[in-house]
Formats: sequence, structure tokens, C-alpha cells
Amino acid sequence: MISPEVRAKYKLVVGLEVHAQLQTATKIFSSDNNSFGDAPNTNVSVISLGHPGVMPKLNEKAVEYAVRMGLACNCEITEYQYFDRKNYFYPDLPKGYQITQDKTPICVGGEVPVVYDETKHSTVKLNRIHLEEDAGKSIHLEGEPDSLIDLNRAGVPLIEIVTEPVIHSPEEAGAFVAEVRRIVRYLGICDGNMEEGSLRCDANVSIMPVDATELGRKVELKNMNSIKHVIRAIYHEMDRQIRMTENGEEIISETRTYDVATGDSTGMRTKEELNDYRYFPEPDLSPLHITKDWLESVRSAMPMLPAGFREKFRKSYGLSEYDAQVITDRKEMAYFFESLCQATNNYKAAANWTMGPVKSYLNESGKTIDQLPISVESLAGVITLVEKGTVSFSAASQQLFPYLLEHAEVLPDQAAEKLNLVQDSDSDSIQPIIDEVIAANPAKVKEYLKGKKGLIGMFMGEVMKKTKGKVDPKVANKLLRESLETVK
Amino acid sequence: MRSHSSFAEISRQLTDGSLTCVQVVEHYLQNIRAKNSELNALLSVYDEEALERAALVDGKLQAGSAGKLAGMVVSIKDVLCYQDHPLQCGSEILNGFESQFNATAVQRLLDEDAIIIGRNNCDEFAMGSSNENSAFGPVRNADNPNRVPGGSSGGSAVAVQADMCAVSLGTDTGGSVRQPASFCGILGLKPTYSRISRHGLAAYASTFDTIGVFAHHVADMALVMEVIAGEDANDSTVSRQVVPAYSQQLEVSSKKKIAYIKETIDNDALNGDVKEAFLSKIEALKADGHTVEEVSFPLMEYALPTYYILTTAEASSNLSRYDGVRFGHRSTEAKNLEEMYKKSRAEGFGEEVLKRILLGTAVLSASYHDAYYLKAQKVRRMIQSALNELLENYDFVAMPTAPTTAFELGAKTENSMEMYLADLFTVQASVAGVPAISVPVGRDQDGMSIGLQLITKAFDEAKLLAFSNYLLEN
Repeated sequence: MISPEVRAKYKLVVGLEVHAQLQTATKIFSSDNNSFGDAPNTNVSVISLGHPGVMPKLNEKAVEYAVRMGLACNCEITEYQYFDRKNYFYPDLPKGYQITQDKTPICVGGEVPVVYDETKHSTVKLNRIHLEEDAGKSIHLEGEPDSLIDLNRAGVPLIEIVTEPVIHSPEEAGAFVAEVRRIVRYLGICDGNMEEGSLRCDANVSIMPVDATELGRKVELKNMNSIKHVIRAIYHEMDRQIRMTENGEEIISETRTYDVATGDSTGMRTKEELNDYRYFPEPDLSPLHITKDWLESVRSAMPMLPAGFREKFRKSYGLSEYDAQVITDRKEMAYFFESLCQATNNYKAAANWTMGPVKSYLNESGKTIDQLPISVESLAGVITLVEKGTVSFSAASQQLFPYLLEHAEVLPDQAAEKLNLVQDSDSDSIQPIIDEVIAANPAKVKEYLKGKKGLIGMFMGEVMKKTKGKVDPKVANKLLRESLETVK
Repeated sequence: MRSHSSFAEISRQLTDGSLTCVQVVEHYLQNIRAKNSELNALLSVYDEEALERAALVDGKLQAGSAGKLAGMVVSIKDVLCYQDHPLQCGSEILNGFESQFNATAVQRLLDEDAIIIGRNNCDEFAMGSSNENSAFGPVRNADNPNRVPGGSSGGSAVAVQADMCAVSLGTDTGGSVRQPASFCGILGLKPTYSRISRHGLAAYASTFDTIGVFAHHVADMALVMEVIAGEDANDSTVSRQVVPAYSQQLEVSSKKKIAYIKETIDNDALNGDVKEAFLSKIEALKADGHTVEEVSFPLMEYALPTYYILTTAEASSNLSRYDGVRFGHRSTEAKNLEEMYKKSRAEGFGEEVLKRILLGTAVLSASYHDAYYLKAQKVRRMIQSALNELLENYDFVAMPTAPTTAFELGAKTENSMEMYLADLFTVQASVAGVPAISVPVGRDQDGMSIGLQLITKAFDEAKLLAFSNYLLEN
């Protein structure tokens, strides 16, 4: 382990490259299906296979999705652009080149605001977002001499989001990836599944003495398939570089792959570093012109983004920053909460219900929020019942809510009646029970009056027992205290 | 059926019942059987299939439902995709490969009831000027089998020359249709770049490649152009300009203004007979009332190096897909991935292709990219605008198609530079992307044919075809 004092001597500098697969129906340059998990080599026409004579056909949906991302990140959208070829040999790259954008990325500049370590805010500047095609997959089976190739993924549209080297902590890097994942999900352009590889992250990591002005030599980290691994891998690499520097060793500019199992990284062959990609303009695609009208039509159809929801939830619904973060983490949750807030004015209760009973139910049932059987109107009804004191929160969350999940057609107040959950808040009917409890526990009453105020809980318990929980605890508590004081 | 019949003549006979489509096919098959073993113009002959299709077309003719190319027998260069038929680009690297789709041009021919009789031999991946770079052996010139037919579409040229088909499709990247047309004494048209879809054309150099047409008769060529040119959803780079009815516009009504380039006439590489034939044609044009002027085109000498830098760069990338992984030749000697690439490609590609891939890789590499590739792109634009400027003032630019007539087999195989000079006069139009045609205008002392090349403005094929018709008839 490296001591905090030693770590404090260095500044971490990270630039990220996030690849997001666009969930278009078909591939970027062909009409082959773009779907994950199909039998190997089934979504492969002559274009995906790179047969002689084939030509790419640009999928406009992919362009639209990339532009959506650019608008979401406040990028400048490039009006005239063309594609380039990046030439290299690999068995899962059918044409021997990848069609990408080198000179004229579709989106330039931009930024993504992130919050990390709960309260720290930063704005991560983007260098660019460009469109390109994915390669296929090479599968190396343990103990098999041959490698297998699945070209279903070859030609799946990707956007690569490239940041400037402006990230200074592993958590900030993790938060950036998390926010990018949220944005693509809110935009509906990528499912953000890092384990299936639809969202992938490479990190360029370097360190420099805190007072230095020149960036250190960067190491590229690959193969991080979750946000947790992104953070861990960057920590590991930062410490590795600090240790080397402290030992007077020289850091080699290389690509290292992070091993999730061991938490360690290994350098890939430096030979690959020498790749000269021989970029040149793709001659088989006509240049792309993004017209102002079309751009406006995309802009006008932009949905609200996580940052927008967070602000609205804080400002309009009075949520704490933390609650706003939690609720907007998933797009579906944010939309659910938003519609719940249209049905009730008790926003605090709406947030508690969303983050409490609703979330627990989803976690336990494995369902997604759109599969929630109870409507927002019904849930708003439950909130009102609790608010009015008709049903206690515990009865509502433990009995009424589960019942409504099973019987979506029943109205909340009817269900409360049926379950006999309507609580008594009439002091005239509660008082005799309280008197009864006080009369039955003279010793405890004495202790209470001597100052053992904690006994109030025991008395409340007795009251609840006798009423089977059907009294309004607030009213009962108040009456109980008053009655105990008057025993003297 | 008469040799070298025009399509109009064949159509007339088909209509009046004096000829059937089956007989037309048999006529060409007879020539193929008699001559192909020596000339090697066709790598595959689709005889049974052609006869079956002919019978079908005969039925359609009787029913009055035949397409506009019914009775047209065509052969296609081995770089054009024909579904479920072999495609090898004259190379061993595509051993055993069959295309799974039709090139747009091929599909449009078939849709109009043309009959494809076979696959033409060519220089490997269309790289060559003599058709001696084919993995299937050289093609021989039908006028003299010791002479080359020109390249790279030598097989397509000879198939028409030797009456094995009425029309053939070749491809022209730097002269590969016009130069063999000149060597074989027939017409060879390279249309404007992007006039015909490249979908289904195995790429050599994508910003130069065009499908071209060989024929004896301008009207046949015009008709085929009308069918195959135009917009195509499969090729985003193809022009959306409307395709004129070329075959209806073959009359020349006015006197033309023609420039011929001093630098081509003064060039040391220009053969005396060729020069003489060219200049006498120039005189004849003048005598017929056309304005013909000598002009200087100082950029001429840069056309060939520009062409070779840019085409090899593109080729090095276009040919990367032939890697032994998914189809074609894979070395059995390889012990690992890197060896598989190196051996499969070294064994599968011929020497000229390897040379151009290496050249192209070099000019695109980081250390040479700016000095060669970028500079050549700039020169290309200069040549393009200079030629366009010239064409603003003249209807046509004329020059000999090639500096020489067909040379002997093996005469230039040892010297690449000398071979490359065969394209000296044809690369200019390719670099500029404008249409050009080679029209036979005479023969040298050995009886080998001489071609005159006419160049015109982009998308002015109609004008080019009409004037070629006039040249042939006068």
C-alpha cells in the first residue's frame, strides 16, 4: 500500500474513451440485425463479412443517435463530415479496416457534469464524440488450438466519447462513466450494459508531481467491464505508477489490460503499440451533411436528461441532492417519480415511497418499474390515506401496499376498509383504552413519573396491542402523555 | 448470323423471326469453342445456362414481354459480382470463391434480358496494362496471338474483338478499358466517375474505379450505358443525375471545338505510327470543318505519378480483406495468426499486386502520408481543375489512347516503369474523373490497331458517344 503522504505528492490525470453501442435496429452500414446474444454468425450478410464488391450504406438512425448524444453533452455538431478508414489486421475485423471518423468527428467539444464522493461537483470536458463501426468478437477457448470468430457484432454502430485529460480521481472517472451511462439510457440510444459490452471504457492514466506542468507518460487501460472495475483499475494503475516513480523506474507508454479476477494489470505486446493505422478518407461513402432543419428536428425531440430531472426534483419537489441522485439513477425510476408527483403534492412522501417500499418490492421481485402492478394514482391514494392519518405508515407499507400489488383493481380506501386498517384517530374512543392501560400498570406509571420517560414505548405498545394497531399513533401518543401526567 | 452484328441488326432478325436468341448464343459459343483455348479471354463459359436463358428470352420475345436487351449477349470482367458464379479477380487468393449477389450493373443487364455468356480473364485485381498479370495466364490479342490485348480488362476486350459476345463489361481505373480497346481495335468507354454504381465491383482504387463498356458499335454501347448507369441505393457515392437516353442522341449536328495536347504528341514514348495516324485524323477533322487546336497541358507529366500514389494507397486498404480468414486462399503452412496472414497473402497474390500493396502501404504510413498521399491529392485537384478549365473552352480533348500499339507478350514484364507508360495518356481522365472513350482510327505497319481517345466534361457521355459514332462513320 502507498501511504497517503506519498500519494499526495502526485496528481492523477485521466482521460477516458467510452464506447457506446447504439441500439439501432440494424447495423451502421448494412441492414443486418443489430441484436445481442443471437447464435454466432447469424446476423452477417455479405457486407458484414466484407465480401468483394460490397459497399457500406449509412444507417441514418445511427447518425441521429450520435447527434442526440452530442446535444445532450452540449457539443458542437459538425455540419459537413466524412468517414475515415483505420487500417489494421485482426481476424474479427472483416475488411481489414474499421470505418470511423478521424478528421471530422460528428460532435466536437462538449461537457458532462458529474457528482462524486457524494458532494464533489466537476465538469468533465469532452474532446469529441465520433461514429464508427464495431468489430466482431474473437473467442479463445481454454485448451483449444483454434480461435473462433463471431461477426454478429461486426458493423454494430458505436459512438466513442473521448474526454480531455481532465479527470483527477478514480471516483471522478467512475462518476463520469456512470453519468454517461445514465445519459445514453435517458436518450434511449444505448442500453448501457457494461457486462455485455454495450458500454465499454478505456482509460488513459498518467501521474505527475503536483507542482509539475507537463503531463506524465500515459498508460492505456483496457478491459474494464463495470464502473467498480474502472475505479479499481485506475487506483491500481495510479499506485503502480507512483511506486515505479518512487523507485526511480521509468514508466513505459503502453496498453495494459486489467484482470478483473486478480485485480492486477498486464502489459500487452508493445508491438501493437507500433500500429500505424494509415488513416485516409473512406471513399465508399459519400460525405455526410447535417442540415440545420434536420438538426432542429432532433433537438426538438430531445427528452429530459438526468441532470434536468435532478434539478427539477430538487427545485420543484424539494428533494435533497442525495434523494434526487438516487431517484434519477435509472430513467424509469425518474419517470415514475415524476408521474407520481403529478398525482400527489406530498413530494417528500412520494420520494420515501419510491425509494422505500417501491424499490424494495422491485429488488425482491426482480421486476422493473414498468412492471409495477400498482398505478401511480393508486400509490398517490395510499400516500393520502397515510397523510390524513386514516392508515398508519407501517400498516400502509406492510399490508395495504402488498395487497394492492396483488389486487391492482381495488381502490386504496376500499382496500384499507377491507383489510380493516382504518385507524382510530378519535380521542373519545381512544381515551378509555389508555385509561385501561394506565390502570393495569401502576408500577410502571410510578417509574414513568419518576423520570423513566422511555417507558412511553411500553405503554404505546400496550395500547396498540389492545387496539390491534388500529389507532393513529400520533393521537394515541399525545393522549397517553397527557393522561400519564394527570395520574399524579 | 453475321460476325460482329450490331444489336439493332440482331433485334431486327429476332423480330422478323429469321433468328432466335438461342441461335445468337450458339453463334458466340461457336467462336468461344474455336478461339478461347488460344486467346484465354474467358475464364468461365456459362454455355448451358446461356442457352437456357436464351430459350426463355425467345419465349418472352414471342409473348412480347422481352426486355430492351433481349438478344444482347454479354461477358463480364472477373471483378464484377454475378450471383452464384465464380469471382476471382484473376487471383489465386479468391480460389473457390463465388459471389452471393449481383453487381448493380449485372443485375440491370439481367433485368433487361441480356444474356451473360461468361467471365472475362483480366489482370489480377485489375492491376496491369497487358493482361499478363492474371493467375490464369495471359490473354492474347485476336489480331496477333503473340501480342498482348492490353489491360487490365484484356479478356473483356478480346471477347468482343473475337466475336465471343456482342458487348462486354470491363473496369477502368487508369485506362483499363480504353487501352485494351485501343490495342484490340474496338470501342472502349470509361464513363464519368460515379456514373455507374460500384456495388458489386471488387474494388481496386475506389475513387477511380469505373465500370466501362466494350463494343463494336456505338449504339450498342449507348444502349448498355442507358441500362446500367444511374442512381443506386447500394452505392451512396453514385451520381443521382438523370441518365439520358444515349441511344437516341447519336447524331452530331454541329461542328466541334477540339483540343489536342502538345505534351502527348511531343512525348518520347509516342510511337511513330501512332503519332502519324493520330495527326492524320486531326487533319481529317479540320478538313471536315471542326476547329482543332494544339494546347499545352503542363500538368500532364504529373498525372501518372499522382495516379500511382493514390491508387496504390487505396488498393492497399481495399485488398486487406483478402486475409485467408473468411474465404479464399488460406496457407496450410502457417503456425500462428501472423504467419497465416503473411503466407496466405504472399501465396495468394501475384507479384504486381504485392508490389502495389507495399507501395500503397508506404505512401499512407505516418512518415510518408503528407509527402506522398496528401500531396498527390492536391495535385489531383490541380489536374482536375486544369482539365475542366480546358473543357470549358473545347468540346473534346483528343490524344492517342496509348503511346504504342499492342506489344509482344513478355516485352515489358521485366520493366514495371515501361509497362506503366502504357497508361500514360489514359490516367489523366481517370485522375480528373471525366468520361473518355477510345475509338479505333487506324492500324500500324504490323496491322495492329491504333486508338484515338476523346475526353469530355463530366456526365457528357451523350456528346462523347455521338461524336465517336461520327468518327467511326467518317
